[in-house]
Amino acid sequence: MVFYCLCAGFILYTYKLWTHEEKPSFVSPQLIADGKLVWQKHNCQSCHQFYGLGGYLGPDLTNEFERWDNNAQVIEAFIRSGNNRMPSYNLTQDEMKALLGFLEAMNTTGNADPRHFAIRKDGMIE
Amino acid sequence: MNKVLCIMIAVALLMLLSALTFGSLAGLEYAFPGQLRQFIGFETLRPLHVSSALFWILIAASACVLWSLNELRPNRLSKELTIVQLVLWIVALCGVFYSYFSGRFGGREYWEFDPVWAGPIALAWLIMLINFVLAVRKWRHWPVYVWMWMTGMVFFLFIFAENQLWQLPYFKDKLISDMTIQWKVNGSIVGAWNQLLYGTAFYLMDRMDGKGKVGSSNMAFVMYFLGLFNLMFNWGHHVYTLPTAPYVRYIGYLVSMTEWVFFVRILYKWKSSWVEAKEHYNHFSYRFLLASNLWVFLNMGQAILMSIPAINLYTHGTHITVAHAMGTTIGINTMILLAACFEFLPMAYQSGVERKKWPKIMFHVGQVALLVFWLSLNLAGYLKGVWQMSEQQSSFRIMMQQLQIYFDVFASAGIVLFIVLGMMAIWLIKLWLKFYKNQNGIKKSIERKLV
Repeated sequence: MVFYCLCAGFILYTYKLWTHEEKPSFVSPQLIADGKLVWQKHNCQSCHQFYGLGGYLGPDLTNEFERWDNNAQVIEAFIRSGNNRMPSYNLTQDEMKALLGFLEAMNTTGNADPRHFAIRKDGMIE
Repeated sequence: MNKVLCIMIAVALLMLLSALTFGSLAGLEYAFPGQLRQFIGFETLRPLHVSSALFWILIAASACVLWSLNELRPNRLSKELTIVQLVLWIVALCGVFYSYFSGRFGGREYWEFDPVWAGPIALAWLIMLINFVLAVRKWRHWPVYVWMWMTGMVFFLFIFAENQLWQLPYFKDKLISDMTIQWKVNGSIVGAWNQLLYGTAFYLMDRMDGKGKVGSSNMAFVMYFLGLFNLMFNWGHHVYTLPTAPYVRYIGYLVSMTEWVFFVRILYKWKSSWVEAKEHYNHFSYRFLLASNLWVFLNMGQAILMSIPAINLYTHGTHITVAHAMGTTIGINTMILLAACFEFLPMAYQSGVERKKWPKIMFHVGQVALLVFWLSLNLAGYLKGVWQMSEQQSSFRIMMQQLQIYFDVFASAGIVLFIVLGMMAIWLIKLWLKFYKNQNGIKKSIERKLV
């Protein structure tokens, strides 16, 4: 009985998450989907994070677009040249456009800097 | 049947060796970036290490559960299905490694291989579930470990399928919802394989004890349901900082706090555990179970603290999370599986192990190396946490340079772990293959001894 109740709760919770509506981005859905694939195809998540989730060799890239004053060319130049920690990536124009669109859309989802959270007395953050 | 499982255990141990090899190389590349890049980059080494470690846990857990079921319910498992399961795993492993070495990524964190190879893994899992049903049907009053195995198998399959949702157009272009689902999967799937492993640990305790009390006590069932509750709902602590629906944060926090029950119970049972440890300490496989208990204590304490959102702000996105992931996979999962790999060997082999001195020395060296490894990551994570919350933040590059000493210690301790666990894995592979070759002879000699 306990088992079935827990399973029912889990299914409801999962359904709620799957159907959760989020604010649409101004970047085209196709560009976001393609950019996400470029991100995964080159395994950027091995070293970088979004909202602190990912690998820790490189910095968090959630708000990277904003950090360079929304200047996509700076980010593109960095991806193409690399540095001593990051290899250079010779992406096609379409791949680069999609990846930059994905990063731009990610930037608009919120602020990944943990310092902007306020800590409540019960230990919760908001 | 045993012969197929011998091969399955040997394949799992090969994955452990692979995880150790690529893990050491990834650790070196992390501490000294760019040194190995002309041969193989960190972006390839990390998935090779992570996938090998996952496959070690999944294949070894599958083999241990099937082995246990074969002991509990002799001649009920289908040998043909077990062979198909093993073949599917081997196909998946070849595909995943080909995918990595040819640079064909495409999956998500922890499952970075070309998603096509998720197919044989899911199918192998489904076949194991069918085999499980064949073995346990018409069996009333399951002990707790059978419930745990069933839960682990069913939930793994569901969550593994959920992990592929991002390929559907409905989820593809969503950013935050998709990340929430991704981390729901990553959190819950660990809970699913932990059910298989803790179930095996319960079974081993019953088997060593010989009284069969552990698996049928009411307390064991209370703990099982609490574990299941956490598997389903506690993953929210991974995404506290994500701008997702606020109820995810609240549910994650509240459910995670129920882990205090496990923690307090460990403290409460400390004295009786100590007496039990003294009783079984000479039994080599028991030492791994004892070590896993200590690592459960350390990692659970750490996990509970990390689940408090105010503390999570400091630990999230830092090496403390890596310490937790490595501490649990090596300290808990690997220790339970090594205990099972030794324990399931026939007594004739085990007594051979217990006569030797070097495995015992290796065991202690491994525990110390793991502690150093864990502490160095925690210290690096603590400093990164202070950095990410400070108002006057230096650049990312400078912060990483300041942590270099901890990365050096972490990489060195990793090399020691590679040597110690690698030697044990090679030694176990040899023993299991020897057992595979001599099975009939061993059976007869044991029977003769018993007579």
